[in-house]
Amino acid sequence: MHALTVNGTDYQTDAPPETPLLWVLRDELGLTGTKFGCGVAACGACTVHVDGQAVRSCQVTLGDLWGEVTTIEGLAEGDRLAPLQEAWIRHQVAQCGYCQSGQIMQAAELLAETPEPTDEDIDAAMAGNLCRCGSYMAIRAAIHDAARAMGGGRAG
Amino acid sequence: MSRLGKITRRSLLVGAVAIAGGAAFGVYQIRRPVENPLRPQEGATLNPHVIIDQQGISLIAPRAEMGQGIHTTLAALVAEELDADWDAIRVLHGPPAAAYYNAALAHGALPVADYAMRDWQRRVGEGIGAATKLLGLQVTGGSTSTVDAFERLRLAGAGAREALKAVAADRLDVAADRLRTEQGRVIAPDGTEIDYRELAEDAATRPVPRVALRPQSEWKLLGRSLPRVDMRAKATGTAQFSTDIDLPGLKCATVRICPHLGGGMESFDPAPALEVPGVEQVLDLGDGIAVVARNTWAAMQGAEAAQVSWTPSPLPATTEAMYDRIAEAFEARANSTMRDDGSPDDAEAQLEVEYRVPFLAHSTMEPMGATAVLEDGHLTVWVGNQAPRENLKVAAEAAGVSEENVTLHTVFLGGGFGRRVETDVTRQAARIAAQLPGTPIRLTWSREEDMRHDFYRPAAIARMRGAVAEGRATLFDAQIAAPSVTRAGIARMTGRNMGGPDKGHVEGAFDQPYAIENYRVAGHLADLDVPIGFWRAVGNSFNGFFHEGFIDELAHAAGRDPLAFRLDHVAPRSAVAAGGLETVRDLSGWDTDRAPGTGRGVAMTWSFGTPTAVVIELVEEDRGIRIARAWMACDPGLVLDHAIVRAQMESGLIYGLSAALMGEITFTDGRADQGNFPEYDALRMDTAPRIEVAILQDNPHMGGVGEPGPPPAMPALANALHDLTGQRIRTLPLKAHAPFLT
Repeated sequence: MHALTVNGTDYQTDAPPETPLLWVLRDELGLTGTKFGCGVAACGACTVHVDGQAVRSCQVTLGDLWGEVTTIEGLAEGDRLAPLQEAWIRHQVAQCGYCQSGQIMQAAELLAETPEPTDEDIDAAMAGNLCRCGSYMAIRAAIHDAARAMGGGRAG
Repeated sequence: MSRLGKITRRSLLVGAVAIAGGAAFGVYQIRRPVENPLRPQEGATLNPHVIIDQQGISLIAPRAEMGQGIHTTLAALVAEELDADWDAIRVLHGPPAAAYYNAALAHGALPVADYAMRDWQRRVGEGIGAATKLLGLQVTGGSTSTVDAFERLRLAGAGAREALKAVAADRLDVAADRLRTEQGRVIAPDGTEIDYRELAEDAATRPVPRVALRPQSEWKLLGRSLPRVDMRAKATGTAQFSTDIDLPGLKCATVRICPHLGGGMESFDPAPALEVPGVEQVLDLGDGIAVVARNTWAAMQGAEAAQVSWTPSPLPATTEAMYDRIAEAFEARANSTMRDDGSPDDAEAQLEVEYRVPFLAHSTMEPMGATAVLEDGHLTVWVGNQAPRENLKVAAEAAGVSEENVTLHTVFLGGGFGRRVETDVTRQAARIAAQLPGTPIRLTWSREEDMRHDFYRPAAIARMRGAVAEGRATLFDAQIAAPSVTRAGIARMTGRNMGGPDKGHVEGAFDQPYAIENYRVAGHLADLDVPIGFWRAVGNSFNGFFHEGFIDELAHAAGRDPLAFRLDHVAPRSAVAAGGLETVRDLSGWDTDRAPGTGRGVAMTWSFGTPTAVVIELVEEDRGIRIARAWMACDPGLVLDHAIVRAQMESGLIYGLSAALMGEITFTDGRADQGNFPEYDALRMDTAPRIEVAILQDNPHMGGVGEPGPPPAMPALANALHDLTGQRIRTLPLKAHAPFLT
């Protein structure tokens, strides 16, 4: 059995340790907010946080986990959405929405590290997250807006 | 258990909305009422689009939400007349049913350019549309959803409202015309209010009143940018796609199908797959295998581990041989000559050139997938799809049950772009579920499986002849060769071969609003069996590039500014299209001097009823050429939601630019050489341009917005490259020809 903590909840799983975190989350724990896009760390749809760091969960195995996991389901505090999620709604970012869990988790790390990101910071941080609907204009605007709303402080 | 009962239970299951009993309302008065597929467990039903229950008001959407925002606009159409509380309205995908037929799909059937369509021709188109009711084509596609719904869903809302008022009038003993409605309530002159929920069941038993629709001047919701009904779910990870359905005892599956397209499976050895921890079963699907496991990763590992012998593909062995096959079509008689002005054969050509575009994958963000379970002889399928009735039929066949014993739930699509009008993944999920009765199956394709088993946008070749005189085009003579998407798609859906001229093959070329003396567009259909399908903008996706690339060449040959040249030829035919060109000219500062190291290109395509003009600006940087900025102007006529239109324009632009810059599927022995994003990428945050969109409303007819973006984006990019470097690239993708930042 393997123990892991996701969104503050402790889980046990008997999945083999080489199983990527993505599939543990989706298929073993039922946390389907994290999405599969490519399996080779090329699209960012599966982005979650491990110990506060944005990672591609298709590349992190269960056995290699080094800290607590936060997924899109754990970003809000109860009914109170995270500032990034609120900005996503204000800017009506999502189209099909499939990549947006990963986009938001990636942006959350960006704002935690760089509370007032420039356009270049956003380019550098978000370039690994593909959106086939082309919502980039709205994502950029929402990240800037969330940064303002957070007053350059707290993580998304 | 009634039909709605099933919807009700499954709705709870998929978490879209909880319906406890309730009444379904409707007006269906287009000559003959359609059968309402909704059967509430309690209460009654008038129409297929509205349910009012103790939770509030739900719209049953006839079209699929694949990112285009259609659920929001469909809900607004109903709510506008129903006086529903916008913040409380919920939207559900409708079940497969003839009631949800798409009449606007037929508008494109007439062999006439949209810009030139006369009123009587539009009426003929509407007549064909009424006939599609009999076919019950419940398809989300062709950028038609809003046009189709514009009257029908407002009528649904208005009919339900009047029925509710009639019940309230009886209860309060007040004439119905003295009652008003607001925020989901009927309000009497003395201020007494009755919530719709208290009136719904009685109202549903009333005959549907005939009502007039409100004039635009009274609209409160339509014409505004409304908060999208799917936004919160998509920002919180709670929106459910095909493989997000959690069921007790769920097993995960993937497939590995013969990658040599058209080939099959000779034999397979499941033993190495079964050794993978977590793998439980390996199933024979005929042309490949399915692996069922405790989780998707184990299934994918197992699928790779299995030993499989494939039989060869009947396709030409190389991509070049495929192009040769396409070029052979030029030797045969044209399938169509839908534009034939003047005497092109008598005009001497000054320019004779050939254009080529490659096969393209849809590459939706969500790889193909579905969830299915066969329980007690009843198959239930959850799949994001653009054609529910077709998918239902295929699911029934594949599982060996009657259609009455299939429930199909359309869930959110993680991108559609035409890919999910197909039924292949539904067929597989149903087959796997049928082999494992009682076990719910979550089927997820790998990205490689998705990219190698697409229904591709076909490769196409255009041969162009042209001439100019005194600053104007005097000859535009195009021959276009490609395998026919229309024929392939219709054969797959109906099993029948379509004859006659193929309009879809030449759309975007024959139907453009240019005044040119000798102007001909001939379509040649190639005999090449690569699986092809409806890729965003379909024929316009290659013809837009051919037409607007060559127009640019003619402008340069005439020594003219390419935007002014276009305006000269377009203005006499369409003031609406000219307006778009003028708008991007002004927005982009086209007539001002370019900064050194920048290049600009323009293009305009009229597709899906909406003329769309694009200007692209390239900037030469140390590391390569950047697609820096884009300006767009579209005119879809009356706009119901500006933010959604803008989002679709940006989306279409980026989809088109991505394809033009780096999209290419090639084949070796019938197997796609590209399998994942590193080999088939798209624009990203750091490579996408800053975009400005102008939305005009001078078009007297409503057009679509999902597909008009890509066709002009591609040639505008190539034309900008010409402006920057002097290179005239006639073969896509462009990154093979110039050092773009990708």
